[in-house]
Amino acid sequence: MPSLAGVAEQKALVDLPAAGGKPDSVVVRDALGVGVAVGLSGFAFGVTSAGSGLTLLQTCVLSLLVFTGASQFALVGALAAGGSPFTAAAGAFFLGVRNAFYGLRLSEVLRLTRAVRPFAAQWVIDETAAVALAQPTRRSARIGFVVTGLSLYVLWNLTTLLGALGAEAIGDTGAWGLDAAGPAVFLALLAPMLKSAAERAVAGLAVVLGLGLLPVLPAGVPVLVAALAAPVVLWAQGRGSGR
Amino acid sequence: MNTWIAIGLTVVGCYAVKLIGLLVPAGALERPLVRRLAALLPVALLAALTAQQTFGDGQALVLDARAAGVTAAALALVLRAPFLLVVAAAVVVTAGVRAMGG
Repeated sequence: MPSLAGVAEQKALVDLPAAGGKPDSVVVRDALGVGVAVGLSGFAFGVTSAGSGLTLLQTCVLSLLVFTGASQFALVGALAAGGSPFTAAAGAFFLGVRNAFYGLRLSEVLRLTRAVRPFAAQWVIDETAAVALAQPTRRSARIGFVVTGLSLYVLWNLTTLLGALGAEAIGDTGAWGLDAAGPAVFLALLAPMLKSAAERAVAGLAVVLGLGLLPVLPAGVPVLVAALAAPVVLWAQGRGSGR
Repeated sequence: MNTWIAIGLTVVGCYAVKLIGLLVPAGALERPLVRRLAALLPVALLAALTAQQTFGDGQALVLDARAAGVTAAALALVLRAPFLLVVAAAVVVTAGVRAMGG
């Protein structure tokens, strides 16, 4: 739905060509590749969530309405560990904060009208940002965002449901090793982020804090304290470079 | 009830941060320090969560089959295996070690 303001915005924009560059079919194929591969991992979430003691409805509501994997895994993990609803939600929230920064980049690239933004927001996640921001033109970025978002949303929710139903059917998810799916997902999300010494220092300090404080602080709180590793390392880095 | 409170807070919070990114003018959060912190925050959280869900059992630290499973996942990541294979490696190895009485 174009508006006068939207047209003015588009005319003022110079950083991206509106069309040309990459064939639509190539963009759709790339986007579907990401959407399908990651969408299928909703199965791991469904199993983990059901194994953590959430009901089928609770599990499906999380995938439908939260729709950002790391936060969902963190929430059910914290609840399973006996965390209070507030510390559990805080951990999930802080993990979701990175989506705000994807949104900043995406709003520059996609140029959405105000009316569309509340609907597009639910799809602002790691994968849609990765696909859309890698495109050479506005047209392909928009196609990439919509195709990745739609395929991932549909599959993630479908596989969440199947995973939760499957977990209920097999009973003891631990016997099948399914309690290792959560930490493996976190590790797979973390690995590509460990690019420089600063990232590794943050990760190392966070592990020490997270494990060291686990026996002494209430469930869910150690993760929040471990998040302080980020500002601590930044501060130490600033001091180091300031001298 | 507690679970629903946690779900409600997470739904509202996670949607709000997604929407804020699309609504605020570019440049508002573009200060280098803020960007750097935003990039490092998930690193800290994911690292702590990985460690806790591998070695934590309630408030105790334990070394059990999950450690073997997550090590297998790490190995799969080093070998550049796709996402689903990484998770599958962790699940299969954990189940295998447990089946052998580990």
